[in-house]
Amino acid sequence: MSAPLIQMRGITKSFGAVKANDSVDLSVAPGEILGLLGENGAGKTTLMNVLFGAYAPDAGEILIEGRPAAIHNSADALAAGIGMVHQHFHLAPRLTVLENLLIGIPGKFGRIDRAGGLARLNEIGRQHGLNLDPDLPVSALSVGEQQRLEIIKALFRGARLLILDEPTAVLAPTEVDGLFAALRSMAAQGLGIIFISHKLNEVRALTHRCVVLRHGKVAGRVDHPAETTSAQMAKLMCGHEIMPPIKEVSTPGAPVLTLDGVSTSGHGGTPLREVSLFVRAGEILGIAGVSGNGQRALADVISGMLSPSAGSMTIAGKAVAQFSPRELQALGLGRIPEDRMTTGLVTNLPLADSMVLPRIGTEAFSRKGLLDPAAIRAFAEAQIKAYDIRCPGPMTRAGALSGGNLQKALLARELAFDPKVLIVSQPTRGLDIGAARFIHEKFLAMRAKGCGIIVIGEDLEELLMLCDRIAVMYEGRVAGTLSSADATVARLGLLMTGAEGRA
Amino acid sequence: MFRLEARTSTPAWFNLALPLVAIAVALVLCSGLIAVAGAGVIEAYGVMLSASLGDSYAITETLVRAAPMIFTGLAVAIAFRAKFWNIGAEGQLLAGAVASCLVGAIPMPGYLAMLLMAVVGAAAGALIALVPATLRVKFKVDDVVSSLLLNSVIYYALMALIEGPWKDTFSGYPISPPIEDSANFPVLIEGTRLHIGVVVALIAAPVCWFLIARTTLGFRIRVTGENPEAARYGGINVERVLLSTALLSGALAGLAGVGEVGGVHFQVMSDISPGYGYSGIVVAMLARLNPLGVVPAAIFLAAVMTGAEAMSRATGVPAFLSEVIQGTALLAMLVALLFTAYRIRRVGAPA
Repeated sequence: MSAPLIQMRGITKSFGAVKANDSVDLSVAPGEILGLLGENGAGKTTLMNVLFGAYAPDAGEILIEGRPAAIHNSADALAAGIGMVHQHFHLAPRLTVLENLLIGIPGKFGRIDRAGGLARLNEIGRQHGLNLDPDLPVSALSVGEQQRLEIIKALFRGARLLILDEPTAVLAPTEVDGLFAALRSMAAQGLGIIFISHKLNEVRALTHRCVVLRHGKVAGRVDHPAETTSAQMAKLMCGHEIMPPIKEVSTPGAPVLTLDGVSTSGHGGTPLREVSLFVRAGEILGIAGVSGNGQRALADVISGMLSPSAGSMTIAGKAVAQFSPRELQALGLGRIPEDRMTTGLVTNLPLADSMVLPRIGTEAFSRKGLLDPAAIRAFAEAQIKAYDIRCPGPMTRAGALSGGNLQKALLARELAFDPKVLIVSQPTRGLDIGAARFIHEKFLAMRAKGCGIIVIGEDLEELLMLCDRIAVMYEGRVAGTLSSADATVARLGLLMTGAEGRA
Repeated sequence: MFRLEARTSTPAWFNLALPLVAIAVALVLCSGLIAVAGAGVIEAYGVMLSASLGDSYAITETLVRAAPMIFTGLAVAIAFRAKFWNIGAEGQLLAGAVASCLVGAIPMPGYLAMLLMAVVGAAAGALIALVPATLRVKFKVDDVVSSLLLNSVIYYALMALIEGPWKDTFSGYPISPPIEDSANFPVLIEGTRLHIGVVVALIAAPVCWFLIARTTLGFRIRVTGENPEAARYGGINVERVLLSTALLSGALAGLAGVGEVGGVHFQVMSDISPGYGYSGIVVAMLARLNPLGVVPAAIFLAAVMTGAEAMSRATGVPAFLSEVIQGTALLAMLVALLFTAYRIRRVGAPA
């Protein structure tokens, strides 16, 4: 085996009393794809931030090709040949593909070297099969294409080590295959790759070697991921066995939410076109689809953020007259947004505030315009206890909580009011196995209690495990609905790409 | 080498310590100017302190000056909580002054006149604040720019009034006719200028605190300011909250003008406000947007203002120093605020 491209030795980094990284050793050889696994808070992001120069380690050293390297900021990291593709892309949407690549790259006499950039882009395209139209504005690219651009950007700057932070979270299954092919090609040409993911089957399919972190320490190393079972890896990550939740047989009742010919217009993303669907009491309906096929509009209509331009909706048999969060909540709707941090919570205010936010004007938390601080506090404390939300208390800044605990808080604030219907988007995106498992169990418990649940998601495995029926969105329409007995990844995939006719 | 690193939490004592540190830094920095002006630093600050807080009369004068800044400070603090960037407290104050002066000049029973002055003055301020808020909500016009520019519009409109149709016929100066004597705010302590408006200002602060901390409107203001998207998802009508905030903020700034007309000047002149509206921004920032903190912050600035005049007379240091201290304190506070989110760390070669 050739000498390591990069070596991290004894990296230790503390935040206050918490040791986010505790003498972590890690190395990547040229041509190697290393999987970095761990639950949220295990220290993966901190470790990568140390490598990328965002944090200075308290102890330990980084060696690049055997020589100690001082990396104090992202410029140092780029100069050392380290490229990072973050979960949230750092692109200028109004500039073109080529312009985004040239940002920060000095040309001669302050002029931008377009021709040189173009040549380099074509070369990268040839080498790794990563092709993009250089003159297309980034805003016109799909999420998968934006990710491709981020990878090209890193290569463009001469990266020899590429770090990808949960790259598949935003991709459709077919796009994942494309990404993996490109990554394998890059590795074959001598690049080192660090692949961070929660999805164990992907890690097993792609990586040559894995490092598993737990509580900031290396909990284990897996030398042959393909020959290791997901269960074994999960056990390394959590420290104990994880069993899939048991879905009991249930007989769905009457429809608790129906959409009839709902269309939308004048809304950022793909509009809905005559969408009709229903979910019954005690049933989980999955909404699958490649992102950007109208799921956002669907979630917005059902959660009262967008009024349809045509069609109607009923909740628990009552027609919805006014599409507003308050009106729909009053009818018995529970809502969990796609983006916890930006839409769900107010990160700078106490957790308790976020937990009562959607119902602050109701009798539960206020009288005649005056808040009831005791009731708010009591509610938050009760939910923190009931859902085992790890935080110092209800007055903790919401932003200080981990993703899993925030999702629990959002779940608690809705389930406490016994909704008849629950709409959730991407319920476990970015959550670790333990937290995701908790959320799944809660959904199944609500299903058993007769709640109708709509889960909008991109993770087909998750949908197949949870749902009784799965509807697939394609270009703003429902392309087809499959019962859990008929649904397979392959059949769903076909519907998602519009290949199968309108079922 | 040093660098900034994000904090995971902010200690509670920071809220109190930061403004104090900012003030101390401002005073130290300004001592250089005092020395350049040829006076003893200790002596100059000593005169400032004794002239502003040294005896009971000085204290009443400081309070009289603090009152308008308490109102404008509250106006700015509440607006900034909702992230409605109201830089227009100065114009709203002037509008409140003009409106209350017009009402106060109408003969009627004194208590009725005072009440009407307050209501009409507050309404005038609120109406002015509604302009930038409406522009922002309806047309996405930047509220910093529109509220700031509106100050000039109102100031020169006021000048046009008192130089022209509204000029007091009995005096040669560009000032408005005075309000009725019966409408003059009662003085609380004989021989001082401590008027009832000062008490109203001191009561307004806890009322505003209650509004922000304990009412659903206050909750909606806080949430809207911190995360409008989450507010909207949570069923809050963000546009309505912004407009309500503007009305409240403008009314408070308008009351600052009412107090100056009813309690101090009894008429409107071009320099009725020495920039109380802008000082309100400094006050609100020093108070970290907490209505209760507005009172000590306003009293501090008022003490600097009254003290600076006495210091100027005693030591020859120009009274403009008070404005330098204000500005420096604001800058120091803005820098200090950085440390609520970041800490300084040494990086580089470990020893």
